[in-house]
Amino acid sequence: MTLLHAQRINVVYEPNRGTRIWSVRDVDLTLQQGEFVGLVGESGCGKSTLGFALTRMLRAPARLENGAIHFDGVDVASLSGEALRRQRRKGFAIVLQSGMNALNPVRTIENHFGDILKAHAGPGDHYSAGAIRRRGAELLSKVRLEPSVLAKFPHELSGGMRQRVSIALVLALEPKMIVFDEPTTALDVIVQKAVMQTIQELQREQGFTAILISHDLGVVFESTNRVMVMYAGRVVEDQPSNELGRGLHHPYTEALLGCYADPRAEEIHLAGIPGTPPDLSKPLPGCAYAPRCPLAVEICWKVVPPLAPLGSGTAACHVRAPSAQVPEAKVAAAKAAAGAVATK
Amino acid sequence: MSIVTPVPPPTLPGAEVEIPRGPAGPRLPGPLLFLGRALRTLWSNGKARIGLVILAIDVLVAILAPLLAPHSPTATSFTPYQSPNATNWFGTTGNGQDVFSQMIYGARISLLVGIVAGAVATFVAVTIGLIAGYRPGIIDEVLSFITNLALVIPGLPLMFILAAYLTSRSVWTIVLVVAFTSWATGARVIRSQASTLRTREFVTSAQFSGERLFRVVFREILPNMTSLVAGSFFAAATAAVMAEASLEFLGLGDPNTVSWGTILYYAQQQNALLTGQWLMVFAPGLAIALLALSFTLVNFGVDALSNPRLREKS
Amino acid sequence: MRYVGRKAALFVITLWGAITLNFLLPRLMPGSPVDAALGKLASSGVVITNAQRQAVEIQLGVPHGSLVSQYGQYLNSIVHLNFGSSYSFPSETVAQTIGKAAPWTLALIGVTTIVAFIIGTLLGVYAGWRRGKTADTTVTLGATFFAAFPPFWLGLLLLFVFAFKYSVFPIKGGYSPGATPGLSPSFLADAVYHSIIPAVTLAVTTLSGWVFGMRNNMINTLGEDYVTFAEANGLRTRTVALLYAARNALLPNVTAFGLSLGAVVGGSVLVEGVFSYPGLGNLLYIAVSNHDFPLMQALFLVITVSMLVAIFIVDLIYVRLDPRVRQA
Repeated sequence: MTLLHAQRINVVYEPNRGTRIWSVRDVDLTLQQGEFVGLVGESGCGKSTLGFALTRMLRAPARLENGAIHFDGVDVASLSGEALRRQRRKGFAIVLQSGMNALNPVRTIENHFGDILKAHAGPGDHYSAGAIRRRGAELLSKVRLEPSVLAKFPHELSGGMRQRVSIALVLALEPKMIVFDEPTTALDVIVQKAVMQTIQELQREQGFTAILISHDLGVVFESTNRVMVMYAGRVVEDQPSNELGRGLHHPYTEALLGCYADPRAEEIHLAGIPGTPPDLSKPLPGCAYAPRCPLAVEICWKVVPPLAPLGSGTAACHVRAPSAQVPEAKVAAAKAAAGAVATK
Repeated sequence: MSIVTPVPPPTLPGAEVEIPRGPAGPRLPGPLLFLGRALRTLWSNGKARIGLVILAIDVLVAILAPLLAPHSPTATSFTPYQSPNATNWFGTTGNGQDVFSQMIYGARISLLVGIVAGAVATFVAVTIGLIAGYRPGIIDEVLSFITNLALVIPGLPLMFILAAYLTSRSVWTIVLVVAFTSWATGARVIRSQASTLRTREFVTSAQFSGERLFRVVFREILPNMTSLVAGSFFAAATAAVMAEASLEFLGLGDPNTVSWGTILYYAQQQNALLTGQWLMVFAPGLAIALLALSFTLVNFGVDALSNPRLREKS
Repeated sequence: MRYVGRKAALFVITLWGAITLNFLLPRLMPGSPVDAALGKLASSGVVITNAQRQAVEIQLGVPHGSLVSQYGQYLNSIVHLNFGSSYSFPSETVAQTIGKAAPWTLALIGVTTIVAFIIGTLLGVYAGWRRGKTADTTVTLGATFFAAFPPFWLGLLLLFVFAFKYSVFPIKGGYSPGATPGLSPSFLADAVYHSIIPAVTLAVTTLSGWVFGMRNNMINTLGEDYVTFAEANGLRTRTVALLYAARNALLPNVTAFGLSLGAVVGGSVLVEGVFSYPGLGNLLYIAVSNHDFPLMQALFLVITVSMLVAIFIVDLIYVRLDPRVRQA
């Protein structure tokens, strides 16, 4: 059952008059209930912005320029005020990157739970202190934390614990979809694994749709069942996770994969990605990756490649995944297959 | 970095690629270029713009005083206690002096004391703040203690007392007294910023590359604090203008100089309100308020420079 | 509790520093304040007893005797509240004069400062929350405008309009001439009546500082992740604004409050001077105008010590407000 159907999402960021930076361009996204999707890309590719846009958390000077976001049948792009606030219950939620700073320093964890529960209390719900404590302890146990955490202040907890508390708070909303924005970036590797394990287990148990935003392909590999790669604000590839590394991919995805290596291997071939990140205030008429792409041909500089079938998923590449909408690409692809060197 | 011209695709992954660079910018732009850029940014802020205009008017009035004032400010040649009339637009004092001319010339002292005392206070604040922030340990502790002491000791009362003790009264005494009592706030702010910057990577790397302390402070740390220093200056200047006016009003300044504060002093002494010379009370106070206001407004612009969140949405 | 311990130690050390500064000040000044003081005392027709002469010398500097022994005597005299005699009020000791003026200032300053802080902070929260909208611009412009008013000028203006032209409020003094000071309701009512214009003057000029500080703090706090997270979780607007944003933005303001008391005292000197309000500020004004050094010294000490005590109290309040400093 389709939970999220977002069309033509465009996010523009205007820090001062005259400058428009397109952080997200023409993204279409459809998610089924229960999917676990990873959103990867380098810093600045727009993945966090997309996550914020989908959960309606964009703040000035960023704003949603176009686009419809149908969540569970409701067009949430047009909601605001109280209606939007209500949508946060049994709707969508987001867990922020820095668990350290996501909690109010002057309120105890118990207060935090109380605030959330009371904010979404229905007409019949009365949350006494005892009820809040019970529910809080229940939610904390889901993220493997002791009830004693309730009485503490955020600064008395470690980074990993704070991240888990954030997740527990979000669970209080009984959301249908949770966006995890780089949940483990600020944590060390061991804690990282523990938190990711918790997230995976929760997703299996509770069945919510999860979007995992990360620049760490390894983390995404292990937890998700579908991966979307973003570059310069666009989705350039969309594959099932277990297909990554098998078969052909978008040149950028291949370059990303080439940045990883098994530390236990005998020989390691690491490759950087040549060139520099794109200037989002001056979008190119064609594919944004063309300046750095080893396969780029003439058409790549002129027309933005649409997502077209590649392997079990889709990719936006004139050469690897020529689209029926762009007939010239077919010709270019044939030429490329004949003479070019496929990079690994 | 923007890619304006397409980079030809490399033949092998990871091969050396010519990355287009912009023209090499100077690390510390020439002072004039810097000032020009700062002024332009300030001008773009609505509140700062108003402040700059008022300030410019005050400066012009002060410089052109001899041309603008119809009479000499100190000449006692007019009929005393006059309300505003054709010869004396703002009326006359109890000593028969023209209030309007006094107002024009008064700009000089108020502006002078405000700017110079503000500058001296800021200079002391920056020096102490930088040293304390940059050199942790005993030096920092001692300087911080002195700063805290200077902070908690009430400035205005100390100023009054100092002024009362000092027998020679000149404008420069006032400048020194005012500066002496207002450096502490700026010093604290600058110290905390300097100590934050001290641990930042670019400073550490400069130290490792062997730059001397003096150069590190002036070329790495100070440029990152310009808006903070500017903010301190304008805050100190505002305080200095008010302080000078207060001192003069209480009769602790030099009664022979003509400043807006002394006009108010004589107004109080001569019960100007009772004799109908309300302009003598109204005008200098308004002028003081406007000058202080202009510094504060410009400071808004400086604040917005250093903290993008405070910038006005244009 | 290390925080409290540190603050207590700081209090004691700063207290010592202030007292020492007070001790050194007249001895460092050019000219001889002692002779001037004694001369003036003599010329005011008062017969100076030896005890009085000694007291003055201890305060201002003895021509002979080592600095250290003077310091010891000075500290001793302070503890016994023996500040010598003032020649502005020759019939009583300095301690008595100050004692009479203190309650007036406490009432006026105390109440006004707290009210100004509360109103200023609330306005700042409001302006910061509605940043960029008309409400914010109005509040900010209003605060900027009033902040620039020299307090004595505003006092004069208000006097002119409300006391002189329209006789709504009294022109000067803390109470009507002829009334006997005491705690009777009629006297208190009279005192309050007399304190309204000075209080309004003081409040208006100090309020703006709080508005700005709080507004800036709010704007910074609103950018924090915990506010974003709270909104993302659909907490009620009022909860987010007050319990998440304002409650945290308040903290730097509380610290600043303690430090601002110095400026408030300074402002009170000017305001009380204009209104001849019988408080410590007015006393300082008289002392300074008359070059009444013994009175000046004592006043300065009293003012500084009170400020330090107030700052210490504010520090203690801060501990209640910020759990992060409570750790050992």
